[in-house]
Amino acid sequence: MQAQYLDGGFADPPRDAAHAFRAALTALSRPGRIETLAGARPPAPASGAAGALLLTLCDATTGLYLAPSHDSDALRGWITFHTGAPFVGPEHAMFALGTWAALQPVTRFPVGTSEYPDRAATLIVEIDTLDNSGAVLTGPGIKDSARLSLPEVAAFRANRRQFPLGFDTYFTCGDRVAGLPRSTRVEEV
Amino acid sequence: MSDYNFAYLDEQTKRMIRRAILKGVAVPGYQVPFASREMPMPYGWGTGGVQVSAACLTPDDTFKVIDQGADDTTNAVSIRKFFEKTAGVAVTERTCEATIIQTRHRIPEDPLTEDQILVYQVPIPEPLRFLEPSEVETRRMHALEDYGLMHVKLYEDISRHGEIATAYAYPVKVEGRYVMDPSPIPKFDNPKLESAALQLFGAGREQRIYAVPPYTKVVSLDFEDYPFDPSKAPHPCALCGAEDSYLDEVITDDKGSRMFVCSDTDFCASRRAAGHVGVAGAEVPA
Repeated sequence: MQAQYLDGGFADPPRDAAHAFRAALTALSRPGRIETLAGARPPAPASGAAGALLLTLCDATTGLYLAPSHDSDALRGWITFHTGAPFVGPEHAMFALGTWAALQPVTRFPVGTSEYPDRAATLIVEIDTLDNSGAVLTGPGIKDSARLSLPEVAAFRANRRQFPLGFDTYFTCGDRVAGLPRSTRVEEV
Repeated sequence: MSDYNFAYLDEQTKRMIRRAILKGVAVPGYQVPFASREMPMPYGWGTGGVQVSAACLTPDDTFKVIDQGADDTTNAVSIRKFFEKTAGVAVTERTCEATIIQTRHRIPEDPLTEDQILVYQVPIPEPLRFLEPSEVETRRMHALEDYGLMHVKLYEDISRHGEIATAYAYPVKVEGRYVMDPSPIPKFDNPKLESAALQLFGAGREQRIYAVPPYTKVVSLDFEDYPFDPSKAPHPCALCGAEDSYLDEVITDDKGSRMFVCSDTDFCASRRAAGHVGVAGAEVPA
């Protein structure tokens, strides 16, 4: 037990988690919208937004995969102390955290079954720039179309083709987050 | 209030519900199983909606509850007080002021906005349940997109009654994939399921959560020669004179007298406050 892992959690867990969940819910139900997720200070290289997502959604019942970019003792210790989430391989992950490159190949992650499409992974992808430029998004939650700076288009088009199966994605950058559910259609500009 | 965790449920339970809500949002119309908790109210009183609301509420929210359109019925009043006490949130009866609206069997008449969430209380979430009692079978039917049985049911309605006789809980297809029970809202409300607001559905006893994200395509099932008809009673509201709102029939004596009034109490009261008067509006104090 290292004392430095104790810091950086929510100051007021019920209320901070409620705010964080609403931001996460808005982000996923309105793809392209960028929300603020504050209150968590995880060890580097995890962003504050990724830390807040972990604190809000993960616990001892959710297997978490840390991609090589984020697989450090400090982050493992912090996650274990604050959430109790067990660390698992990508094939069994309910949540996965890493950079887009480190998470490859994303086809490893559970996409649910045709009878239980909810049993699919949620990827938390740390990216360097998050803004409303780049790929064009259409589908549920989007009035006409939206744009989001995705790290890649092909993987998300392939993911959409499996609908209603597929993984769901959060993009995090600093204290900001955007969501990309499997239902979103993604086009190159 | 300090005797309760924020919004009553413990954090572990809220995380579980929140994960289910997010998967529901990602697969519009699909019913996500969740470990429904016992709540301090009986099943059938909105325990599913209450758990979804508890998972979504923040201290900044303004909460509204309606029961068949009314803010002042027992169910609506008690749930509103429940969250006033356990979450300390502001409450309102005005649709336009609310950020989360929990509803039993109506969609408010005023169009909802992007800043609002509508939480439905759902008794039987499975639209195929009365056609096929087995959960194993209905789950397989959803997996295979095998919805022929539902169309047979609507066809039998037509052959027996000359029209599709389903007047509430009218089945819809969400984003061209899942057939969904919109909860027992009148079919008059079905066109409002395509909304700017996020819509979440909670069934406590049946342990299911599902969602319709904003601007999602929601089509009421019908036939080319028997198109969907969102009908209502052919009267204006007796109190406010509205001709475009869903009406309740109220029996006023034992000689068969009746009046039709808006089911959405906030809509009706707002119209009366703005000076609209129906045929009986002058006799009844606003």
